Amino acid sequence: MSLDFTVIPPFIGVILMGALWTIAITAASAVLSFFGGIVFAVVALYAPWVIRLPFRAFAWLFMGTPLLLQLFLIYFGLVQIGIDLPAFAAGVIGLGLHFAVYNSELIQTSILAVDKGQMEAARTIGLSRSQALRKVVIPQAVRDVIPPIGNNMIALLKDSALVSVIGVSELTLSAQLAIGRTYRPFEFYVLAAVVYYIINLGMEAVQRRIERRIKAAR
Amino acid sequence: MTDQIPFVNIRHAQKSFGTLEVLKDISLQVAKGEIVAIIGPSGSGKSTLLRAINDLDPLTGGEVWLEDMQVNMKLPHRQYEKHINQVRQNIGMVFQHFNLFPHLTARQNVTLGPKMLKGLSEADANKLAEEQLAKVGLLDRIDYYPSRLSGGQKQRVAIARALAMKPKVMLFDEATSALDPELVEEVNLVMKKLAEENMTMIIVTHEMGFAEAVCDRVIFMDNGVIVEQGPPDKIFRNPDNQRTQDFLRKHLANANR
Repeated sequence: MSLDFTVIPPFIGVILMGALWTIAITAASAVLSFFGGIVFAVVALYAPWVIRLPFRAFAWLFMGTPLLLQLFLIYFGLVQIGIDLPAFAAGVIGLGLHFAVYNSELIQTSILAVDKGQMEAARTIGLSRSQALRKVVIPQAVRDVIPPIGNNMIALLKDSALVSVIGVSELTLSAQLAIGRTYRPFEFYVLAAVVYYIINLGMEAVQRRIERRIKAAR
Repeated sequence: MTDQIPFVNIRHAQKSFGTLEVLKDISLQVAKGEIVAIIGPSGSGKSTLLRAINDLDPLTGGEVWLEDMQVNMKLPHRQYEKHINQVRQNIGMVFQHFNLFPHLTARQNVTLGPKMLKGLSEADANKLAEEQLAKVGLLDRIDYYPSRLSGGQKQRVAIARALAMKPKVMLFDEATSALDPELVEEVNLVMKKLAEENMTMIIVTHEMGFAEAVCDRVIFMDNGVIVEQGPPDKIFRNPDNQRTQDFLRKHLANANR
């Protein structure tokens, strides 16, 4: 059987729809992982131990087990305790929290790297510790950590293919759907790969823009 | 220009880091409007003493009072935090390394405190920032980020930031030590201006010339104690204590090298 890319056009709509879902789930998970990462970092560094220790266990769970398993657990497992999430929401929560834990590691390091004179100067004015963190320390830490977080977000895009297994009809699942109809795996997997790559380029462009903006404000 | 009621009152200040005793039972009263310089070799405890005044380095013993308010009051943690944040609004502090907030413009550096702590409106805060930055001669740099300011300009913004809280006393921790020599004067001028406005100031410094020109009293510290204190011409021209004499001679030799 030879290759025949003319099978693609009838499925362009399906694939584009899949690409849109991939972008949506990546964007939503990225936002969750960013803000979740900040919250987790603050908890890991500053919360009293009664909150910090359970959080460590939770972070270990997300870092030490496969993302695929986490998605199964959130989508299929939680139903048993009465939490029935739609597949999209389960995917965003799984991806978002998973990468929030990774982002949190970066942000923690970055918070600790902010000169301690910054906290002192803020406290000297009369700001409380949490006000100083919010207005002085964390904005600087986050600014410094944007480039490595960008790399995590590219990994997130690629791992978003995993939510196909819980039935979110994103790009990978859409390709599989087209393959099921045409029995043309090579053509559609290559197409999906190209589309992932294009989305990836788009994300890098957005990232560069954010980094330029940050640089301008220095 | 000074009255006799102690404005800042440090009583039996004692501070240890582990087994190292940095402050050994120091008492010091500063009157309202008085300008006091603290000099001494590095490691003498002068910065620690200054930082104890706003509890940045909490004392292990003794008391610090600002007027009728005890700074380092014994309170449960949560109440103490509330108390100290309130107290610190009255005590401006300027650091050797400026510690400007690099992610904020000069204006935002100045308005952060007043907006968050005194509930100033955007318009009032902006007016205050303009006032304070004009005072330190940097109105034309109001929307600059610190990275685009020279060291001297940064330190002047830092002074404006402290003044915006309308403090009762200003603490200077080697405010010009990190500056290139040609930038020292512009910061000194701002400090002189404050002195003329009768701001109460406590200045840790290595600049004997400035201390002599501006201060009402000079305190010489060594090894965690106040060795000698008096008016600047007495301390600099005719000190009684051998350690003061040695320090000044060494310092002068270094300065002339």
